[in-house]
Amino acid sequence: MAMLDLNSESLKVINVGLEAFASDLASKDRTVVNVDWRPPLDVNPLAVSKISHAYEAVIAKANAEALKIINQGKPVLIGMGIALQTIPGMHEDLILHAGPPVTWDMMCGPMRGAVIGALMYENRAETPEEAEKLAASGTIKYQPCHELRAVGPMAGIISASMPVFIIKNDTYGNLSYATQNEGLGKVLRYGAYSPEVLERLRWMDRVLYPVLNRAIKHLGQIDLQSLIAQALHMGDEVHNRNRAGTSLLIRQLAPALLKTMENIEDTTAVLDFINGNDHFFLNLSMPACKCVLDAARDIPNSSIAVVMARNGTEFGIQLSGTGKKWFTGAALVPDALYFPGYSKDDANPDIGDSAITETGGLGGFAIAAAPAIVQFVGGNAADALSYTRSMYSICFGESQKYQIPALDFRGTPLGIDVVKVIKNNLVPIIDTGVAHKNPGVGQVGAGVVKAPSEPFVKAFEALADMLQSD
Amino acid sequence: MITKAITINGLYLDSVKMMLISKELRQAKGVIDAVAIMATKENKEILAASGMLVSDITDAKESEIVVVVKAIDNEHADLAIGIANELLRAPSNKDNSSEKLPQSIDEAVITMKGANLCLISVAGKYASAEADKALDAGLHVMLFSDNVSIEEELRLKRKALEKGLLMMGPDCGTAVINGVPLAFSNEISKGDIGIVSASGTGLQEVIAGLAHRGRGVSQAFGTGGRDGKKEIGGLMLCACMKYLMDDPNTKVIVLIAKTPDKEVQDKLVELIKQTSKWVVVNFLKDISLPDVKNLRYCTSLDETAQVACELLGDGKQVEAKMLCSESYLIEPVNERRYIRGLYSGGTLCYEALQAYSRKFGRYPISNIASEAEYKMRDVWHSEGDCFIDMGADDFTVGRPHPMIDYSLRLKKIADEGADNEVAVIMLDVVLGYGAHPDPASELVSVISSLPKELAVVCHVLGTEDDPQNMAEQVSKLTAAGVRVFTSHIKAIDHALSIVEAGRK
Repeated sequence: MAMLDLNSESLKVINVGLEAFASDLASKDRTVVNVDWRPPLDVNPLAVSKISHAYEAVIAKANAEALKIINQGKPVLIGMGIALQTIPGMHEDLILHAGPPVTWDMMCGPMRGAVIGALMYENRAETPEEAEKLAASGTIKYQPCHELRAVGPMAGIISASMPVFIIKNDTYGNLSYATQNEGLGKVLRYGAYSPEVLERLRWMDRVLYPVLNRAIKHLGQIDLQSLIAQALHMGDEVHNRNRAGTSLLIRQLAPALLKTMENIEDTTAVLDFINGNDHFFLNLSMPACKCVLDAARDIPNSSIAVVMARNGTEFGIQLSGTGKKWFTGAALVPDALYFPGYSKDDANPDIGDSAITETGGLGGFAIAAAPAIVQFVGGNAADALSYTRSMYSICFGESQKYQIPALDFRGTPLGIDVVKVIKNNLVPIIDTGVAHKNPGVGQVGAGVVKAPSEPFVKAFEALADMLQSD
Repeated sequence: MITKAITINGLYLDSVKMMLISKELRQAKGVIDAVAIMATKENKEILAASGMLVSDITDAKESEIVVVVKAIDNEHADLAIGIANELLRAPSNKDNSSEKLPQSIDEAVITMKGANLCLISVAGKYASAEADKALDAGLHVMLFSDNVSIEEELRLKRKALEKGLLMMGPDCGTAVINGVPLAFSNEISKGDIGIVSASGTGLQEVIAGLAHRGRGVSQAFGTGGRDGKKEIGGLMLCACMKYLMDDPNTKVIVLIAKTPDKEVQDKLVELIKQTSKWVVVNFLKDISLPDVKNLRYCTSLDETAQVACELLGDGKQVEAKMLCSESYLIEPVNERRYIRGLYSGGTLCYEALQAYSRKFGRYPISNIASEAEYKMRDVWHSEGDCFIDMGADDFTVGRPHPMIDYSLRLKKIADEGADNEVAVIMLDVVLGYGAHPDPASELVSVISSLPKELAVVCHVLGTEDDPQNMAEQVSKLTAAGVRVFTSHIKAIDHALSIVEAGRK
């Protein structure tokens, strides 16, 4: 038994609980920090004891392996193709959507609108009414993008004839897919299906796709990891701000676009389109994260999340150590900055696969790199810094590739560890756009949303059940 | 009448804040009863008992806040719920820096370089997990929370001592470490007297006694009330004693505990034999300890302070400075015979029981009586000579401690005053950190309308550097005719003398 050591220096107090105790100390200039404490999550105590016994010896080892794979992943854009011929498992009656599985009758407004639009785009229906009937008929099947190695922002709808980017994890060889970003305003991913929306989609198929495809082919591949790393140094977090990423992409593409030009009108239109859409790069940063995380799947006992995704109704996660199983809970309405004329009452609950960026250590986790959009997170740069800082306490490690200048180039928090989420009762924050709850209205705001705790509790308890000892 | 309820997710406030918000809600127009509370199992039971567990909130989760309002009509209920929403979501004023607060002890350790003590006051069922985290991070712990099992207490104290750390508590209300008063404590300068105490208010009373005599403390450790039980075996009492014995800044040691179990007493006496320093012991009861040349036993807390100052032998004056005359006439109160003590400090109430038994040869009725025959049958109904510790669980479930919230005590004072058999009302007013900012004003509002022949005796516990301005508190009370003392034993002796005079 050691002797008490008080080291008669000044007392520095951490206060947990009654706030008045901290303010009393602070009132006399005594050194105190108050912890913004909340009760721990309500988790099965048996699971807690199983996990805490296994953490050091088993789980942390598996997590170290998962994190190593994630850190070694190297996403590159290698080409494009039509979904039906490109994505294994795709078929004509299949519509891929964002988030965990959801049936037509449970889909939120924006997702239904996007399905209607996709069916009209595919010429499977003439009118929205016809499309709605077909959508509900049972002929059309629905599946999460994630289950076919794809990702889609917002409603995330991918139908058979849509062109998609093909991204390869150069280290491990696995592929991922995403459509081309349509821009802001009335767009399919927010559930709009008016003629202008369908016309744009057809132009993207007819002009944007072949022009880009030729340029990418000419280049062979584009290193997305390097673009993302640079974009972070230029004020993007590549979820809610993609201005730098999009600009860097144009720089890479421009010579190849000219070299492979068939006519100047199309090439100009393509450059204009990308230039006019600050979020164009999002549909590359997302699949980049996706293929890196997919490589870290199926590591027994690992408590690291490889998917966080929302379908506008539910928020779902998958862990490396729990296979294909989804753990879900009701999606929350973002606490956002709303565009003039809109309020929280107009907002749809959180939607989209774009939380794959946070899962990959970007987006909200890297918000400290994006001072230009701090109004989304409370208005000042310190808020953004502390958001990022707080995420380190629920991550297993840090990125070796992506750094934050404002944190002295510290790597972004990486590898969401569900055990730490439960232990600290601190859920991931996601830096996201907000869709109107009615189809076709579009984006009504942007801001930060907290993941619901329920999926993490369920995943934690499932992992406890599945723990394997050597 | 209508009862309405809402559930709020994703928000957490400490219990004191929520009780203060509930209090404010109850004062809203058209509101009959209202509460804002965490939806824990225990709290739901409390709500059910008062008919406030409406169906809208039966499924609320442990981590959610529920607001229940009983109002005269729908409109007023909605208004009150609106107020509740506003109050609950109001940003805390203390944090004007834009920097976000750390959300866990681990994070706080990173934020604050060189942190060395963690003060924990979360609800009991979460407390030992937080204490574990703090000890793991190498921090001394002061655990203010109660409702921690004795097995957990033993485990935590063993773990702490293996690491050479303090584990003060559970249920440790007071400590002054390296000159810093923690939780319910008083300002006192640094000095030569080291204290270890298993009683919170007992420690406060001795600190006040030392401050009134111009002395300071080297350290004042709290251990929590159960440390002297054989299950804990005086682990922390002994560890702190050893620290003070070795500490070059400590010249005289004070040891306070509410009658430790025999084996713990023996251990402590053995320890005392190993030091050449004076040790002033107060086990809060008239007991006899073996003769040890450097041990002095005291029966009152104020005497403990007095003796400790005498033993310092620093040649300075030992008499306590007084803030008012403290001399009042002792004469019987016509037709009235009984004394009613309404305490907020448990140890002071206990000291009063001892003083009473010394004077009258038997104990008075009390809610904290150890023998069944003296136990109150109904804590809400006083009879005969009666002393109530209003900080006991009987009165604090769902309500702030009586040192913070005087409303229940004010009601009891009015009730006792209306009983025409009551001659003396005995009160304590505890000042210092954590306590009410201006208790005298609250008390005066009720005391001024009591019958004039009634004697109100009040012990004001505090030091002149406490945030409340002790001199002002004392003068407000004396101006209202209250007989104020700054030593509890003197106050209770005076109160009992009035009772005695009436019975001669």
